[in-house]
Amino acid sequence: MTLDKAKRGQILKILNIPDAKIKAQAIRFGISEGEMVVCSEVIPLGPIIIRKNNQEIALGRNLAKQITVISN
Amino acid sequence: MSKCCHSVDLDIPPESKKIVLAGNPNSGKSVLFNALTGMYVDVSNYPGTTLEISYGKYSDDTVIIDTPGVYGISSFNDEERIARDIILDADIVINIVNALHLERDLFLTQQIIDTGLPVVVALNMMDEAERQGLKIDVELLSSMLGVKVIPTVAVEKKGLEELKNNIFNATPGKPTPGIEEKIKEMELQTASRGETLLILEGDPIVAQRNQVPPGDMQEEIYLKRRQRVNAIVDKVVKFTKEKSDFKERLSSLMIRPLTGIPIFLLAMWIMYEVIGVFIAQTVVEITEETIMQGYYEPFITGLLSKWITVDSATWHILAGEFGLFTMPVIYLLGLLMPLVVGFYLLLSIFEDSGYLPRVAVLADRVLTNIGLNGRAVIPIILGFGCVTMATIVTRILGSDRERRIAIFLLGLTIPCSAQLGVIAGMLAGLGPQYVILYVIIIFSILASVGTLLNAALPGKSTDLFIDVPPLRLPRVDNVLKKTATKSLHFLVEAAPLFALGALIISVSQVTGFLVLIQDLIKPITVGWLGLPKEAATALIMGIVRRDFGAAGLMSLPLNKIQTLVALVTITLFVPCIASIMMLFKERSNKEGLIMWLSSLVIAFLVGGIVSKLSKLANEYLPIYYPIAAFFIALILFSWAISYFKNKLDQYKENLEGVGK
Ligand SMILES: Nc1nc2c(ncn2[C@@H]2O[C@H](COP(=O)(O)OP(=O)(O)OP(=O)(O)O)[C@@H](O)[C@H]2O)c(=O)[nH]1
Ligand SMILES: [Mg+2]
Repeated sequence: MTLDKAKRGQILKILNIPDAKIKAQAIRFGISEGEMVVCSEVIPLGPIIIRKNNQEIALGRNLAKQITVISN
Repeated sequence: MSKCCHSVDLDIPPESKKIVLAGNPNSGKSVLFNALTGMYVDVSNYPGTTLEISYGKYSDDTVIIDTPGVYGISSFNDEERIARDIILDADIVINIVNALHLERDLFLTQQIIDTGLPVVVALNMMDEAERQGLKIDVELLSSMLGVKVIPTVAVEKKGLEELKNNIFNATPGKPTPGIEEKIKEMELQTASRGETLLILEGDPIVAQRNQVPPGDMQEEIYLKRRQRVNAIVDKVVKFTKEKSDFKERLSSLMIRPLTGIPIFLLAMWIMYEVIGVFIAQTVVEITEETIMQGYYEPFITGLLSKWITVDSATWHILAGEFGLFTMPVIYLLGLLMPLVVGFYLLLSIFEDSGYLPRVAVLADRVLTNIGLNGRAVIPIILGFGCVTMATIVTRILGSDRERRIAIFLLGLTIPCSAQLGVIAGMLAGLGPQYVILYVIIIFSILASVGTLLNAALPGKSTDLFIDVPPLRLPRVDNVLKKTATKSLHFLVEAAPLFALGALIISVSQVTGFLVLIQDLIKPITVGWLGLPKEAATALIMGIVRRDFGAAGLMSLPLNKIQTLVALVTITLFVPCIASIMMLFKERSNKEGLIMWLSSLVIAFLVGGIVSKLSKLANEYLPIYYPIAAFFIALILFSWAISYFKNKLDQYKENLEGVGK
């Protein structure tokens, strides 16, 4: 599924980030392909917030639509 | 002394050593900079506080440079490009690392180490890390990175002495495995090792500078570095406990629309009550009427009358209605200064608490309609402080298109603190319906102009992709210091312009030029806007500074609807001289000029429409309805246009797809 379909509290594994620029930024944040994150907040029609250890990262909905994840 | 430049050419003696503070956004660089140099640069709890480069003396032959926070050195946006060049040019890098998220912060650390520069790491926020139950093996971290690591709590000056003692022990560290060879292979004579690395990582600007094509190894190198960092973190960080505490619960309340919107409105209401009601009325009554008009004015006119004949031309210029020693001083100190101080005090509290990034998340959905993303709330909210500053802050936005939209909307629709204070004070006197009407009108212009710009400008805006820092209790000393620095900055910037404005007006008054202009633009002021012809004076003052113009309106006898028209016009009126200069610097003269002229046209257009609409009112139709209806319709209209434009684009794309 894509990240925008995630539900609050779900544990997710990032599978694919298509855009090269976004991918590079994601690697810097430590949420690159293969990493495990928790979906900590979903704003209806708005951004998705994911948590990795102690940091929270907000992604716009359009961006989340492009990212493929799988839930455990 | 702090010098601020927004290009990277700093005015530093070439022989002096450069110590550069580098680190991820919001890691505490500026706190550390202040502690090391004894200066004050802004400290806030959101990523992107420092955008202008500050530097200060550390010793006779060394300077320390504060940089904008970045997650890596490359050129994803304007602030990264600036930080990149300063870091590459450093003699020593002090890398400030947030102990709370080593995984993220060490990526930059490792990248700086890969450039081969001498590095010391300040492992900051050790207090918060401890509170979260994090144990970090500092010795091991230091040996794995191959550089000194000093634990610090910058806000309490803990570890500062040890850091100072170790600055000159900075050494190059252990690069990411496999990178050394790649850099050797490149063998560029012209480029430094750091530049070579960035060329390999595909940085187009550094490549162009060295006249070679950019490399294509970004992803490969980034992944290697990520692996290396993850391996270090695995070994070094002992224990993380996941617990949901009060701050986290508050944070999610602020972000979820159902509770977040009421919290935001509450915050706005508090601001309005404090600034618009308490300060603009109660405090200003004391400062302006009692102190300035009651004591200062008689004192200064009495003093001047000893040398100058009352009512002579010189008298009018120095002590008359718009006299150099009377009007600007009274407006600036009696009226605007209390408003500005109050505003910056509240803003500093918001900035320090970490609330702004949460508003960014909350507002993201709305802002995508106008071609921006949630990040743009930071320049927009700061714009309510000072549009000139906010223009610089737009550098944090991800594309040129977004900067253009944000800067135009800032100049057009966002009243700056002093102006907002005057406006809030005048509106509060008219009653709540007028406050709402004013908000609807300005919001409608913001939304419709933004939507149309978004539809008209080519290209695509970037999506929200930010980290959300933890909430913190604002630190009293920082809030006070920041308020004081910003208010002082306002005074220094505004005073000469106010004096200039007063001089222009009083000289034109004495020479009769003022009446000439007033008569000349009567068709606009009286005919179109329905204001008295003296409003021209406020508009001239508004060209110099909008807050000055707003203050000029206060002395005019206006009825309720005229007040609304005048306030709307002065809000949308041209950006002040200082921000237009900034526009010229940050954008281009042409773009600045276009923005200036369009603001002028839009301000008069909207002011006139409000005035004409109010004529529709009669005993059955209160004046709010036609005005509110018109401006809400305007938003819907702009949405419709943008909707059809999108559909058309999609249709074209499909056609092209079929063609292929
Ligand atoms: N608890 C704690 N807070 C700190 C420490 N150091 C800095 N802070 C806070 O962290 C926030 C960020 O500090 P800044 O100095 O503005 O960070 P910066 O690295 O300059 O940030 P940018 O300019 O945005 O890149 C502020 O709210 C500081 O008060 C620390 O050691 N402990
Ligand atoms: Mg800073």
